[in-house]
Amino acid sequence: MGNMRNSGTPIAGMAVDAAGLYCAPGDFHIDPTRPVARAIITHGHADHARPGHGAVLATPDTIAILKTRLGEDAAGSFQALPYGEPLGLGGVTLRLAPAGHILGSAQVVIDHKGARAVVSGDYKLDPDPTAVPSELVRCHLFVTEATFGLPVFRHEPVREEIGKLLTSVGANADRTHLIGAYGLGKTQRLIALLRAAGFDRPIWLHGANAALCQLYQARGIDLGALAHVSEATSKLPGEIVFSPPSALSDRWSRRLTEPLTAFASGWMRVRARARQKGVELPLVISDHCDWPGLITTIAATGAEDIWVTHGREEALVHQIGLMGMRGRALALIGYEENEGE
Amino acid sequence: MKAFANLLDRLSYSPSRNAKLRLMRDYFRHTPDPDRGWALAVLTSGLPFSFPLRRTLMDMMTRRMDPELFRLSRDYVGDTAETIALMWDAPLPARDMAGTGAASTMDPEPAGQTPPPPAAAEVAPSLRLSEVVEELALVGRNELAPRLEGWLDQLDATGRWALLKLLTGALRVGVSARLAKAAVAELADLGVDEIEEIWHALTPPYQSLFAWLEGRGPKPDVGEALVFRPLMLSHPLEAADWAALDLAQFAAEWKWDGIRVQVAAGNGAVKLFSRTGEDISSAFPDLVDKWHFDAVLDGELLVVRDGQVAPFNDLQQRLNRKRVSKREMEQFPAHVRLYDALALDGEDLRQLPLLTRRVHLDAWFSQRRPACSDLSELIGLADKAQLQQLWSQTRATGIEGIMLKRRDSGYVAGRPKGLWWKWKRAPLTLDCVLMYAQRGSGKRSSYYSDYTFGAWRTNASGAAELVPVGKAYFGFTDKELLEIDRWVRTHTIESFGPVRAVQPELVFEVAFDAVQKSTRHKSGVAMRFPRIHRIRWDKPGAEADRLETLLAMLEAPGS
Repeated sequence: MGNMRNSGTPIAGMAVDAAGLYCAPGDFHIDPTRPVARAIITHGHADHARPGHGAVLATPDTIAILKTRLGEDAAGSFQALPYGEPLGLGGVTLRLAPAGHILGSAQVVIDHKGARAVVSGDYKLDPDPTAVPSELVRCHLFVTEATFGLPVFRHEPVREEIGKLLTSVGANADRTHLIGAYGLGKTQRLIALLRAAGFDRPIWLHGANAALCQLYQARGIDLGALAHVSEATSKLPGEIVFSPPSALSDRWSRRLTEPLTAFASGWMRVRARARQKGVELPLVISDHCDWPGLITTIAATGAEDIWVTHGREEALVHQIGLMGMRGRALALIGYEENEGE
Repeated sequence: MKAFANLLDRLSYSPSRNAKLRLMRDYFRHTPDPDRGWALAVLTSGLPFSFPLRRTLMDMMTRRMDPELFRLSRDYVGDTAETIALMWDAPLPARDMAGTGAASTMDPEPAGQTPPPPAAAEVAPSLRLSEVVEELALVGRNELAPRLEGWLDQLDATGRWALLKLLTGALRVGVSARLAKAAVAELADLGVDEIEEIWHALTPPYQSLFAWLEGRGPKPDVGEALVFRPLMLSHPLEAADWAALDLAQFAAEWKWDGIRVQVAAGNGAVKLFSRTGEDISSAFPDLVDKWHFDAVLDGELLVVRDGQVAPFNDLQQRLNRKRVSKREMEQFPAHVRLYDALALDGEDLRQLPLLTRRVHLDAWFSQRRPACSDLSELIGLADKAQLQQLWSQTRATGIEGIMLKRRDSGYVAGRPKGLWWKWKRAPLTLDCVLMYAQRGSGKRSSYYSDYTFGAWRTNASGAAELVPVGKAYFGFTDKELLEIDRWVRTHTIESFGPVRAVQPELVFEVAFDAVQKSTRHKSGVAMRFPRIHRIRWDKPGAEADRLETLLAMLEAPGS
């Protein structure tokens, strides 16, 4: 990888240490994988938001998610920073920009001595009624993930995938559609997309999905009528049930009528992956960027240096080189390679 | 093309028969002619042409894609055609994509919304399956590449995948020709046999068939065509049936260990059909080329050398292939042992009683003496005790069992109750140890219901080890399934996706019809029709049977 080299001076003070991404002049980590004194959390997924930090700064929605998932005392203190508001911190000015990944997800924009770094966390460009659309921020250093960093990954238009699901529900009124989806973000997005497509019957939830759906609703996102599978008086033929992926083929599903299992993830694009899961209806819907999304975003930031945190870095760094930019694979440990599992 | 691609896509992920039937029926109902007819052709007999694509595809890829990105993608996906289908329209790397905004002239204000990614290739509604098939029938090998490239440009990822599958001729979506015909039959609430009876008189794209099923046209005229007539099938003989059976009403025959076939001949042509109506004539020129008669006969396809029936394994060398070499015909000579006649010299005999049909068949056979065939003898028998005695010797004589047919039975298509019985030889059994359990599908998706079991052997270093000898997913009750499922969950050593390796402690008494040599299995042998006969909760795993015991059960050649 001949084009993988560091620029002489750190851009906006950004560096990598044992806990992950660190900004020295501001003295804070971003999404650290071990407890630190000061952390900026991009979004509420478990691999980015861990308990035990001293002070945590995040968007108000992310803080609400953290408290629901990890408890009120998950950090020493919380500071909420709405999208777009500048904040001076040590020698740097920072602000949070929408990332479009899930409710509250943010990119961290750091300005220091005329140079700008953007740490995007996880982001996507596809439509999502439950998240503020991602904002393109031009910068010198862009830090991106590469979960779907191969040209074979292209997410299908969500409207078509939802259409596929609704067609299947219509054709199989005697079976329960059991959808495995990540409990934070993906589940709520799919429910909102089903509502937007006109599905207005109650949607049934596995117990593990209830609290976060409630939180979304409390924060003003309309998910329509939700019900708990544990309170169902029938085996729910013809209905849609959401469960965590781990419960798809669990004994729990025996309470449903000949479940037709669906799974929503960017991985479903690859047949071997979908078959390995044993799903009958793979839905290629993701909360991450697909390949075209990654490379158009990277190009549009205008950055000369691109750091790739985790995922399929090899192909993306190669592509970045072909585009005439400097790519660097950080290979950070601790971020999930698996979307939705 | 889109509807067809979606059908193949959904079929490939739907494990249950009913789900597949439903998908195909809905497709045939909502898709216009002639596309649905071509789809039916693809799902049944396949298209009359196939193209070697490897070279063509590799050439296209090197022109269109960065080799390193293709290599990384191919490694990840694991299948060349699928990789190409997925990355066909991936954006090409372009140096000028970074735009003019170098960082030094960076606008300090946010640049607003990210522009949407390049639009996915529009799926041309105009590209139809029939268009593709009709053009393929005309294009020469050299014209294929540009044509293919044009189609790939018009399709989405699923469409491209389906097109490449279509061209290579290997669908692998788990649909048999019979299942596809059953789906078609459901358009008019008919049984699949009614389709089989006219099938071989029809040609793609089957417009007359769909017209008839939708009440827009007459039943297609079979005319002089050699068609398959659905077979009369038997029921397994259970203990209660045996007790109630009045032997005086029945004729007995040996149950030969081959495959059931129907010979249809007339007007100078001969066809050999499998039990499900598949035309297998092309693989048996050593039979059909020698026959010149007008008849529809029912019999057993065997390999026979010097009047001796060879083991089933020999016959298998001749099955599931389109062509056969001279050497194979010499090494595994085909033969048909006849036991019934549906028609002779243009006269339909199906209404006549069995024994009357046999009289006609015997007379016809002694007159014509067709090559590579003989008659299945009727067993003269006095009483049940004697028959029982004969049955108990079937395994030793290499015969699969005994058939009991009512003397007065007409030839009734399907599986009528009480007319024909099959009394298979007693199964072999072996005590095996459960090694792996896999989750089932559909109703069984939350149960570990598919079992791989092994027998003990001593390895090179002298230690005892289990070697897999078979796989079974039936033979147990729902209640037993629940118990095994619970046991699997509490005795797991390791999980691989839907499969769990378990502690070598649960013994199954496995019943099977026979054991054959196999190069595809680590143990070197394969069981025929294995099923779980009993669960030996009482027996310690270490006391299960050894591989040597199974090897001793191998069928001796020529027995």
